[in-house]
Amino acid sequence: MTVIPRTAARTGRERNVRAAWLIGLGIVLLILPRLIYPVLALDILAWGLFAVAFDLLFGFSGLLSFGHAAFWGTSAYVTAFLLAQGQSVPVAMLGGTGAALLIAVPVAFLSVRSVGIYFSMITLAFAQMLSFLALQWTAVTGGENGLQGFARPNFLGLDFSDSVTRYYFALAVFAVGFYVAYRTVRSPFGQALQAVRDNEQRAQSIGYNPARFKFTAFLISAGLAGLAGSLYTFGHGVVSLEVVNWRTSGEVVMMTLLGGTTTLFGPVIGAGLVLLLRDVLTTANLPVGIVTGLVFVLVVLFFRRGVVGTVQHWRRR
Amino acid sequence: MNTQLFLIQVFNGLVNGAFYALLSLGLAVIFGMLRIVNFMHGALYMLGAFTAFALGQALGLGFWPSLILAPLIVGAIGMVLERSLLSRLYGLEPSYNLLLTFGLTLLTQDLVKQVMLSQYAVSSAPYTPPAALSGVVNLGFVVFPKYRLFVIALALAICLITWFVIEKTRVGAIIRASTENPNVTRAFGIDVGKWVTGMFGVGVGLAGLAGVLAAPIYSVEPYMGAELIITTFAVVVIGGMGSILGSVVTGFAVGVLAAIGAALYPPIANTLVFILMAIVLLVRPSGLFGLPEGAR
Repeated sequence: MTVIPRTAARTGRERNVRAAWLIGLGIVLLILPRLIYPVLALDILAWGLFAVAFDLLFGFSGLLSFGHAAFWGTSAYVTAFLLAQGQSVPVAMLGGTGAALLIAVPVAFLSVRSVGIYFSMITLAFAQMLSFLALQWTAVTGGENGLQGFARPNFLGLDFSDSVTRYYFALAVFAVGFYVAYRTVRSPFGQALQAVRDNEQRAQSIGYNPARFKFTAFLISAGLAGLAGSLYTFGHGVVSLEVVNWRTSGEVVMMTLLGGTTTLFGPVIGAGLVLLLRDVLTTANLPVGIVTGLVFVLVVLFFRRGVVGTVQHWRRR
Repeated sequence: MNTQLFLIQVFNGLVNGAFYALLSLGLAVIFGMLRIVNFMHGALYMLGAFTAFALGQALGLGFWPSLILAPLIVGAIGMVLERSLLSRLYGLEPSYNLLLTFGLTLLTQDLVKQVMLSQYAVSSAPYTPPAALSGVVNLGFVVFPKYRLFVIALALAICLITWFVIEKTRVGAIIRASTENPNVTRAFGIDVGKWVTGMFGVGVGLAGLAGVLAAPIYSVEPYMGAELIITTFAVVVIGGMGSILGSVVTGFAVGVLAAIGAALYPPIANTLVFILMAIVLLVRPSGLFGLPEGAR
């Protein structure tokens, strides 16, 4: 699903614009815990990385996954479970990410053969299976109660009971995840992926195997969504059934669209906007669902390029 | 397990299946004709139940008038939505329809929640079946609630009528022509836009009808369609997207299979439909009754 046509040639000017986005985003993220509560700031990192992971699949491969909560949620639960077992934070995060990847293999295998809306429905159905599993398997997931009160042991002298320390550790993890996504879409692999997205037959005729590209993109996306899910657990200290709910899958779509698909910076900004909006609404005791639903509708109808996409569009004209 | 318990399970499975069938039939009509993946279908089902409840509270209307009025109201709401919002996305991928209706779902659910809390001071309300349908029927070997039997019978009748109209009548032919080749159909002097809107209204009205039928069984609350719609999507995928026959047969079959599965191994109840879906997709990616994706 192409929103913005892009040219393969990269001019020096374009590179400068990208550097400006990167520096701008970097500065905002560095001072973020001074501007808003550190826990909310960390949420923005986690959801932002989740949205970047989603954009990798949706924007660059044209596959609208409506079940990405499966990977985010699986990792969130496994991370919490490992922390509760007394594992260190990095081990728990790697374990969560690995679990998300493991689950992604059969899901990707079954879903990338389908296109368009079929793909969306299949991913949604797999996410629902996991969501029921999370509800039933109370020994591991805590069922309706979820998991909470797990330790976050100090690591290399970092005191994770401090929310600002947690934020900066998360920022480092986020940076690694973002870099992986960034390198992926700028690599020859990423270019081929976009070729498959734009015209599958043509990509196939010049010797690419579309299914294999989509499969790999799916795994990278799921892995990054898993990394984001583990960040969420790390930041929140609580995991509930919400992390595998279909609304979560929808919300990450909304964040990505609002920020701008195929932009990578956009999803982070979209995540920030949605979470800040939700925070303001909750604090002011306003109906969250009505307003976010309305924003979603307006974005899909009138603002499909998203924030970053719109800015890019203006600059090109 | 003894036979009687087993039969009750199967019967309750049929009741659930009736709702799956009605909802997936509406989805099939809307997707098959309009290429819209209506995520809002569950919310409109809820709106049917809520309208019946609100009509009773505000005007004192009973079940029977609501059974007619609520689907008409929901259908009208659907037609307004189609004309004002969904029609703007027709040139684009169906994914955008899915996303738009997802946003509308969030909006509708919370809107109804606010109305229920502010007007009726409840977030979930019971709804009693009409007097004529309360009580039970003794079939000799087992006893079933009358109302549930009525739900199965009515759902079956509505499904048959819809199938007949679309597949066998001139109206159905016009509708199919309008969606398969709008330009040629227009050349015959048929107002394609009106037929499309009307068809959307019918599909959505079916969801409204299911909602009214569900009100006495599941009680009325803003999120009653939320989980159901996901299961219905799975039914639609199993049956083959857009297949009228597929959605009805699969709807009832999934209801019964899930009930039998649950009787044998309770935790599997809600997951069985998704396991079935995974298996069907492996064997027949276009669903049991669907055409291969390339044939569309």
